[in-house]
Amino acid sequence: MSDSSWLSDIPQLDRHQLLDIRKTLDGAYRSFSREYGDSIEAFFDPLLTFLIWFEKLLLSSPWWLVIAVLAVFAYIASRSWKLTLGVVVAFFLIGFFGMWDNTMRTMSIILVSTLLAVLIGIPIGIAMARSDRVQSAVTPILDIMQTMPAFVYLIPVVMLLGIGKIPGVIAVIIYAVPPVIRLTNLGIRLVDKEVLEAATAYGASPMQRLFGVQLPLAMPNIMAGINQTIMMALAMVVIASMIGVKGLGQPVLKSITNQYFTLGLMNGLAIVALAIIFDRISQSYAKRTLQNLGGH
Amino acid sequence: MSSSEKKSPLIRIKNLYKIFGKDEKKVLEQVKAGKSKDAILAETGHTVGLSNINLDVYPGEIFVIMGLSGSGKSTLIRHFNRLIEPTAGEIEVAGSDVMQLSSKDLQDFRRNKMSMVFQRFGLMPHRSVLDNIGYGLQVQGVKKAEWQKSATEWLKTVGLDGYAKQYPGQLSGGQQQRVGLARALCTDAEILLMDEAFSALDPLIRSEMQDQLIELQEKLHKTIIFITHDLDEALRLGDRIAILRDGILVQQGEPVDILLNPVDDYVEAFVKDVNRARALTVETVMQPQVCRISTETIGEAVLQMRKSKQDYGYVVNKDGYQGVITQDTLDNVEKSDYSNTLDASLLEDVPAVQSDALIETVIPELLDNAVPLPVLNEDGEVEGHLCRSTLAEVLSDQPSVEEEKVTHV
Repeated sequence: MSDSSWLSDIPQLDRHQLLDIRKTLDGAYRSFSREYGDSIEAFFDPLLTFLIWFEKLLLSSPWWLVIAVLAVFAYIASRSWKLTLGVVVAFFLIGFFGMWDNTMRTMSIILVSTLLAVLIGIPIGIAMARSDRVQSAVTPILDIMQTMPAFVYLIPVVMLLGIGKIPGVIAVIIYAVPPVIRLTNLGIRLVDKEVLEAATAYGASPMQRLFGVQLPLAMPNIMAGINQTIMMALAMVVIASMIGVKGLGQPVLKSITNQYFTLGLMNGLAIVALAIIFDRISQSYAKRTLQNLGGH
Repeated sequence: MSSSEKKSPLIRIKNLYKIFGKDEKKVLEQVKAGKSKDAILAETGHTVGLSNINLDVYPGEIFVIMGLSGSGKSTLIRHFNRLIEPTAGEIEVAGSDVMQLSSKDLQDFRRNKMSMVFQRFGLMPHRSVLDNIGYGLQVQGVKKAEWQKSATEWLKTVGLDGYAKQYPGQLSGGQQQRVGLARALCTDAEILLMDEAFSALDPLIRSEMQDQLIELQEKLHKTIIFITHDLDEALRLGDRIAILRDGILVQQGEPVDILLNPVDDYVEAFVKDVNRARALTVETVMQPQVCRISTETIGEAVLQMRKSKQDYGYVVNKDGYQGVITQDTLDNVEKSDYSNTLDASLLEDVPAVQSDALIETVIPELLDNAVPLPVLNEDGEVEGHLCRSTLAEVLSDQPSVEEEKVTHV
């Protein structure tokens, strides 16, 4: 090799050096997963039990009861008859076209993932809002979580936990949790300084400030974050189906491999329907919290 | 002068410094060494917020801290309850050292000792008016029935009956600040911090709120620290006024001192635009030397008049001030009548003014009468006189003739 080769070609590791690096890392991770895989799986057992219980609950309840409960939720959140009627019609059509069971499975995993994302995300968001240091440490991690292709972080999860519901939920959460963290942080930081100062001046403790002032005033932003989280969770449904999560994603996956256009379209539309319903419900709830703040 | 000076101060601030920046302790030495604010900003990038502040606030007084924006007044008021930590200095409230309080004690201190009213109200938009007013008590863990009762009372006191269930966003600025005031009074704290409390309101509402505060203060006798950039407001409310400039306390004293003896150009510039007729009382500008005539007969009155250099005298008997007698009148009296009693027919009916009246209110009477008006004190005794030239001097902002002479000699 001539000396000037680095000008035309980027300096590069040898193939066997690269191979070594990969082998070492893969080996290390493999032995880690062999060592701790079982205990980590055991750690997630309660979650799995809950997931299965929730899915069974949705599947075994009579269809009209599920629709009624959803309609009540929609009405409570939005106070809109139109939206409530839309929910009833959409779910009836989903059932009518034979996608009821898959929709229930998808809904159960979406709701559980969103619930967990909120439980994880809001405390992290609060921690970020309290300290600039935490914020500057967490922000790049959130960026990575949102931009890293989902398939890449599916690999270690699957290596560790195999395929099934739990890795699916973890993958969905990793993808969907950043918005709720970001918007909780932003919402708290945007709380009017003078209002917070007033709370402090009247002797409010840090907890009284957080629950009495910061979180309520950040609520519109937090709700917007939850809305985004739900949307992103739905977007992960098809990818999650690749690691064995049952639901609307699997027929779509089947349609891709077998070129069943209509099957794919129908299930795709069902996902869209779910997305629109969840989006409208959570958005109108967010809007209502905002109205309370404005006092109109 | 005021009785407050005999009491011991309720709040005492000593050698207080506040420097904004990363390395405040190090910069503090330079500030103490006397380096100017601008030099320190240029050399170290640190901003000197407050520099060597010393002040005492006595119980029951309204202490006004005044200055232009950026003079550090809002920073200073936040030191009273340690919303801002000082770089150095002592803050003592009711004998206890606020700087030594643990965070738990500080919390209790804020709950019980002080309450605060904010420039932009600082109301919680997600709480109803009643919930806002009762906030201080809620934070203390007072039972709902109890705080609602006292919040409802304060709501009535500030004149917002019927607004209990509204939200702050539904109220006008003036109404919101009434809520802010009610919230501050609801905790029954001894000390009230008011940070430009009325500055965001339009002039009419502002003067209404000032009236309300004065009225409330007459009943409640709180110790009030009031921040403002408006000298008229300061003079109207303040028992004592401190003037802050670039973080330094340039002058403190009673309103009259500030108005009549400004220590430097800065204070003078402040004072220039003030309507003195509305800010000063007769007492502060009257001349004390008078010719009192307190005799039974005309003859003695002539003698008394001769002794004084003036050509008029205020006739006083045991019922108080009777009227004015002039030299001309006395000259026209026949010598044979000197043994007669000095009766009302010889007197001119000149109205008297009260020493605590605002100058503004006595201007018409002063202009209607050629002779200077007698000034009566609270007991109805003649204390001094007020003449047109004094009025002209005070209102025209020109240094008086005597002063002029002194300064030019």
